[in-house]
Amino acid sequence: MSTLLAIFIYLSTLVFVVGLLQRIRDYAGTPAPLKIPTTPAPVTNGGVALRMVREVVFFESLFKGNLWTWVSGWLFHFSMLLVVLRHLRYFTDPVWGWVAFIQPFGIYAGITMLAGLLGLLARRIFVERIRYISTPSDILMLVLLIGIAASGLLMKFVGHPDVIMVKNYFLGLMHLSVHELPSNFVLYAHLSMVFTLLFIFPMSKLLHAPGLFFSPSRNQADNPREKRHIAPWAAKMESEK
Amino acid sequence: MADIAPPAYRTFPIIPELKPGAMEGKGPFVAPDKINEALGFPGHLVDDWHDKAIAKMGDLLSRYRSLKVYMDACVHCGACSDKCHYFIGTQDPKNMPVARQDLMRSVYRRYFTLPGKLFPKLVGARDLTKEVLDEWFNYYHQCSECRRCSVFCPYGIDTAEVTMAAREILDSVGYGQKYANEIIGKVHKIGNNLGLPGPALNDTLEGLEEDVKDATGVDVRFPIDVKGAEVLLITPSADFFAEPHIDSLIGYAKVFHATGTSWTLSSMSSEAGNFGLFIGNYDQLRTIAMRIRQAALELGVKRIVVGECGHAWRVAYSFWNTLTGVGDGADPNDRFAQMLQKQLDHRYKQPSHICEFTWDMIQDERLVFDKSKNDKYVVTFHDSCNVARGSNMGGYPGGQFDIPRNIVRAVANNFVEMDSSTTYERTFCCGGGGGLLTDDLMDVRVKGALPRMEMLQQVKDGHGVNFMACICAICKAQFTKVLPIYGFDRKVVGGVHQLVSNAIQLGVK
Repeated sequence: MSTLLAIFIYLSTLVFVVGLLQRIRDYAGTPAPLKIPTTPAPVTNGGVALRMVREVVFFESLFKGNLWTWVSGWLFHFSMLLVVLRHLRYFTDPVWGWVAFIQPFGIYAGITMLAGLLGLLARRIFVERIRYISTPSDILMLVLLIGIAASGLLMKFVGHPDVIMVKNYFLGLMHLSVHELPSNFVLYAHLSMVFTLLFIFPMSKLLHAPGLFFSPSRNQADNPREKRHIAPWAAKMESEK
Repeated sequence: MADIAPPAYRTFPIIPELKPGAMEGKGPFVAPDKINEALGFPGHLVDDWHDKAIAKMGDLLSRYRSLKVYMDACVHCGACSDKCHYFIGTQDPKNMPVARQDLMRSVYRRYFTLPGKLFPKLVGARDLTKEVLDEWFNYYHQCSECRRCSVFCPYGIDTAEVTMAAREILDSVGYGQKYANEIIGKVHKIGNNLGLPGPALNDTLEGLEEDVKDATGVDVRFPIDVKGAEVLLITPSADFFAEPHIDSLIGYAKVFHATGTSWTLSSMSSEAGNFGLFIGNYDQLRTIAMRIRQAALELGVKRIVVGECGHAWRVAYSFWNTLTGVGDGADPNDRFAQMLQKQLDHRYKQPSHICEFTWDMIQDERLVFDKSKNDKYVVTFHDSCNVARGSNMGGYPGGQFDIPRNIVRAVANNFVEMDSSTTYERTFCCGGGGGLLTDDLMDVRVKGALPRMEMLQQVKDGHGVNFMACICAICKAQFTKVLPIYGFDRKVVGGVHQLVSNAIQLGVK
C-alpha cells in the first residue's frame, strides 16, 4: 500500500511540475500584440510590480468586486499557505526554526481554511448567479479541498497517526526509497486527495495561479505612447509591404 | 422602436434575478455576402464552418496571450456576474460576463484541454454545434466590450478580448454582423464611417464657418487638407453632422482659433473611429489606422490630436503606436515607425486627446471663458468606457478622469458627480458601444442603458442636473436615442467641448 501511494505521489508530482512548467512556457511564449492594461493602470514597471503584489497578497480586484467572495477566498488561500508551510516539517530534518515557530498557527489556519472553503461552497449553492455558472468540477474541486482540510484536522484532533513514520516516509521518498507509512485510513485519504489536486492542477482552472502573472490587463505598464510595443507576428506585416 | 419599454429602475442595491433565455434571438442582423466579401471574409456561413472555426480559435490562442490565459484562468468566482449593464438590464444569465465567456470557454475546453476531451460534462465542455455558433452570434453581440467586468476580476479577465475573438471567428466563417462590417467597408471605400464623401465634407465645413460667423461675428476656420499645418485633427465623422456632436467640433475649432494654432482636417482620413477594434480583427484595425499615418505623412503635420470619441481614443492612445507608429520610443532600427516619429514634435504626447490640448491651453492661460454662459446648466460627467478603462490622458494614472472634469469646471459653474459606484473606472457603458449602435439592437441598447439612467435620474432629482457631458460620439448618439425613452430630454447629453464652445471668449487674447 505504501508503495502504491508512493507511485501515485511520484506520478502526480511529475505531472504537476512538468505540466505547470509547460503551461508557463506556453503563456510566456504567446505574444500579447496590443497594450490592454485595465484601469487603474500603473504607467511604470515598478507600478506594475506593486499592482501585482496587491493582487496576489490582498486580492485587490476581488475585494472591489464582491466582499463575501473576497472574505472566503482570502481566508482560504492564506490559511492554506500557512498550512502548507506548516507541513514543511515533514520534509526537513532538522526542522527549520521558523517552521517550528508557525506550527501552532498552522493548526488554526487549518480551521479557517475549512471555514473559507465552506463559505465558497455556500455561495455556489445558495447564490442563484453563482449556481448558474458552476460546473460539476467547480463543486468537486471545493469538495476535494474540503476533504483535504477535514481529513487533516481529523488527524490532528481525533486519530493521530505516527508522525515520525510519516516523516520518515516523505524523507525517504525524497531520496527515492519507500519506507512504511502508518496504515491509517484517514492519512491515506488525505494524501491521495492532496496529490490528486496536484495531478489536476496543470489542466484545470487551478491555472489561475500562474495565469494572474501573465494576464495582460494586469501585468502591462500603461505607456503605449512613450514606447512602441509590437508583437513579432505583427511586425512582419510592416516588412511585407 | 416606440414599442420598446425601458425596464423599471431598481431599488438599490438590488441584483436582479435571472431570467434564462430573456435575450435569446435578440441579436443583430447578419451581414449579407457583399458586405462580408468587401472585407475579405467569406460571404456567408461556409460549409466547413466547424473545422474552420476551431482552426481559427487555435490560431487566435497562439497569437493572443490574453485569450489563452483568460480561457484557462477563470475559476467561476462570480465577482463579475453582477457587473455588466446588459445583464442588469436584461436579466439574461448569459449576459453575465463569466457566462458570456463560458460560451467560448466551454468549446475551448472540449477541443483544447485534456479533461474537456475526456470528461466534457464534468468540466462544462461542449461541442461546437450550429446552436452554439448561433448563441455566440447572439450573445457576443450583446457585449459592448466596455471592460467593466475586467476591473473586478481577480485575474483581470477581460470579456472584451473574448468577445473580440468570438467575432473574429464568426467573421472568418462568414457569419459577420451587418452593422460593423458595413461601416468598415465605408471607411475603406470613402474614408469615414458615415460614407461622407470629400465634397460633402467641404460643404459642411463651409456651412459651419458661416454659422459660427453668424453666431459670434468671428471668422473661425475649419481647414481641411492644409499641408504644413501644425495639428492634424482626427475626429469621429459624427462630429461633422450629427447632433449634439457638431457642437463639440465647433468647440475644437474655437479652441484652435483662440490659441492661434494652425490645424487641419483630412478628407482622406476623416474618421477617428475604428470598428476594427469591435470585430477584434488586427488586420482591419491596422488597415483603418494606417489612413491616419498616411494623412500625417502627406500633410507633414507635427502633432496629431484626436476628437471626442471613446473607442477611437482607446485605439489612438493604446494602439496607434503599435499599429502605425503614431507615438514615440520606436527602436532606432524600426524604419517604419521612425519615418513618422521623426516628423512629429515630441514636446507633446503623440497622439494627444483634444481634452489634453485644451487643458494645456487653459493651464497656460491662453483661453478666456465666461462661465456664466453655461449657468443654465447643472452639469454632470459620464465617463465613457473606452476612455475610462482602456486609455489615459496626461501621462499619469487617472488623468483620463481629471482632465475632462477640469475642463468642465473651468467653463461651467455648476458641476455635480453621479454616484461613485458608476463613475471613473466603475463607469457604466451607455449601452450602445462596441458595435451595437444599430437599430436592430434597440432592445438590448435600451435595456443596457438602465444603470446609467438610474444614476442620472438620481442627480436630476437631487441636484437638478440637466446636462450630462461626455467625450464619446457613440455615447452621444446612444443617449440621444435612449434618453427620451427613459423620460429625459434628448438634449441632456452633449460634449465637453460643447460647453467649451458656449463659454469661450474669442478675440480677447
